[in-house]
Amino acid sequence: MIGVTDTAAAGPPGADAALLGFARALRAAGVGASAERVHAFLRAVDALRPGVRDDVYWAGRLTLCGDRDDLERYERVFAAYFGTGEAPPRPVRTAPPPRLGLVVREAAVAARPDGPEDGPPQGPPAASLASSVEVLRHRDVAGLDPAERAQVRRLLAAFSLRGELRRTARRRPSRRGDVDPHRTVRELLRRGGEPALLRRHARAERPRRVVLLVDVSGSMAPYADALLRFAHAAARGRRTEVFTIGTRLTRVTRELSHRDPDLAMAAVAEAVPDWRGGTRLGELLREFLDRWGQRGMARGAVVVLLSDGWERGDPQLLAGQMRRLHRLAHRVVWANPRKARPGYAPLAAGMAAALPSVDAFVEGHSLASLEHLAAVVRGAESAPGTGGATPGRDVSAAAPASGDREPAPGTASVPAGARARPP
Amino acid sequence: MLPVDSPEQVRARLEETGYLLDDGLAVACYLALRLHRPVFCEGDAGVGKTALASALAEALGAPLIRLQCHEGIDASQALYDWDFPRQLLHLRAAEAAGVKDADRLERELYDRRFLVARPLLRALQTQPSVLLVDEIDRADDEFEAFLLEVLSEFQVTIPELGTLRAEVPPVVVLTSNRTREVHDALKRRCLYHWFDHPGFARELAIVRRRLPEVSSRLAEQVTALVQALRAQDLLKPPGVAETLDWARALDALGANEVDAELAVATLGSVLKYREDTERARGLDFAAVLAGRGA
Repeated sequence: MIGVTDTAAAGPPGADAALLGFARALRAAGVGASAERVHAFLRAVDALRPGVRDDVYWAGRLTLCGDRDDLERYERVFAAYFGTGEAPPRPVRTAPPPRLGLVVREAAVAARPDGPEDGPPQGPPAASLASSVEVLRHRDVAGLDPAERAQVRRLLAAFSLRGELRRTARRRPSRRGDVDPHRTVRELLRRGGEPALLRRHARAERPRRVVLLVDVSGSMAPYADALLRFAHAAARGRRTEVFTIGTRLTRVTRELSHRDPDLAMAAVAEAVPDWRGGTRLGELLREFLDRWGQRGMARGAVVVLLSDGWERGDPQLLAGQMRRLHRLAHRVVWANPRKARPGYAPLAAGMAAALPSVDAFVEGHSLASLEHLAAVVRGAESAPGTGGATPGRDVSAAAPASGDREPAPGTASVPAGARARPP
Repeated sequence: MLPVDSPEQVRARLEETGYLLDDGLAVACYLALRLHRPVFCEGDAGVGKTALASALAEALGAPLIRLQCHEGIDASQALYDWDFPRQLLHLRAAEAAGVKDADRLERELYDRRFLVARPLLRALQTQPSVLLVDEIDRADDEFEAFLLEVLSEFQVTIPELGTLRAEVPPVVVLTSNRTREVHDALKRRCLYHWFDHPGFARELAIVRRRLPEVSSRLAEQVTALVQALRAQDLLKPPGVAETLDWARALDALGANEVDAELAVATLGSVLKYREDTERARGLDFAAVLAGRGA
């Protein structure tokens, strides 16, 4: 443990070294403390009382953190680095406790120091990740040979996902529309006040925001890689947000912003801690709506759930949250890869509970069906040709439950091209 | 601008205006004044993000200049614009007076008096001033990049006039409700402060300070109830603004204290969602009041 007071007494260089070490530890724990932020941190400590624990704490928290998710990590690293000392200045309540936390990397939690006293500064709780080999295993796209897989990836990379258009408050120069006094007057001025052409403007149109919620739980494992690549291609537009759901909700928009699909996939693999777990759709949907959706992300947006609706939790909760989502969003689209199977009926409790609040229920198992999904998001009516079922009617349809079971490993796959599209 | 040399002094000055703040925020305000860095405030609605700016303005005796962000906001709405009608009028007047010197006329056309200063430019020209950039998350990302330029240098370049620089940079407060992730390039030039809901003691102090006319018993009961409500799993946990509304509403009903029945009847001033109201009915108001009662 490094005592702040001691180092400060030893003179500025030592103190600065301690502070820089702290910044490095933070970075290792996943807080993006850039050089510029560290510079601000040193200046801030300088402006305060460098030897005082509380001041160092707040100076760092104000300058080095940039997000609410950073605060918890900051708290942990600060305690590990400077020792817990006399009770931390103030427990940071980063989130209302009963709710689910966002991604907390598991090994980092394990590294939480119990006995803070003595010893060299605890290795900062490094954010550790499932090894990449393990992650690969989890996301194995069964049934595809390497050539096919490469081809599917190339094709997926060419996707684009634009939301339905909506009219904005802004006006753009246009041939038709109302007279634009600004530009008309400017034109007049340019011609010395002679009457000139009337300039016009009209309301601009913009695509709506698209929010993708990708299920990465065990039952979706054969599709997760392809769907995430689809999400990567879709997230190139700046108005697309992507989350993964499984046992936790993880926002991966930033990870997916790498241009290169493979780099982006690696970044996502690192960020998502819950590959192949169970699914708690209802709880995670609530988490999404509480933290993001209701604040504005889902408002007026096209929200797409890519999931098989295999819910481990209470279907009633999912039904309630879906109703909430439906009230917020412009359109709710559910893409279910299992839907393409012959004899499929949405009997999984989660799927049945969600369907009444879904505007379009589509497939998501092949490239062709993803193309169709993109068309639906763009505003096309649901399901011409892909055998789209009307939501609601299907729920009551009696059909063998076998169509909705979890797959035996290795049976399902993301087929190349439209080859595997059902007849 | 303000003779402060410790966070405690900032806190004392702000508390004089009726704005109570915790350690972190005091340090943030102090650093903002010392290092001329904007404060980036995030947190739930109604926890006092915007109020901070007005309190700072009052404490500093500086005008508060507010820029409300919205989708599609652009430089001509935020920074400056030329007053076309007046320019036109000027030309006509010059023509009538028989001015022939075209160069001079043109130069006159881009004179300061035809410049309409929008909030950002006004903040740079007014010294001292407090600039509030409210709900930055509602603006587009292009606007963030533009804001970045203004806030890092505290200067703007107008092609016709040259560069205008603030001698004393304004105190800048940015607020965000987190409907959208604000770009890191902007955030890292700011001091980041997350606003938590206040604890019981501080919230009570805020109620007492802001609403001196409310009886102390009522203030205490309302605060306890709101704290209990926040612990529930609500869609929109009530903020301090709602606590104040509730206390005001009960006071307007002539109540000196509140019982469970009255609390349920006036729940509409705190909870704004039907689901929340229903969930709150499950809360044992009487027990909360008894716990804080006698």
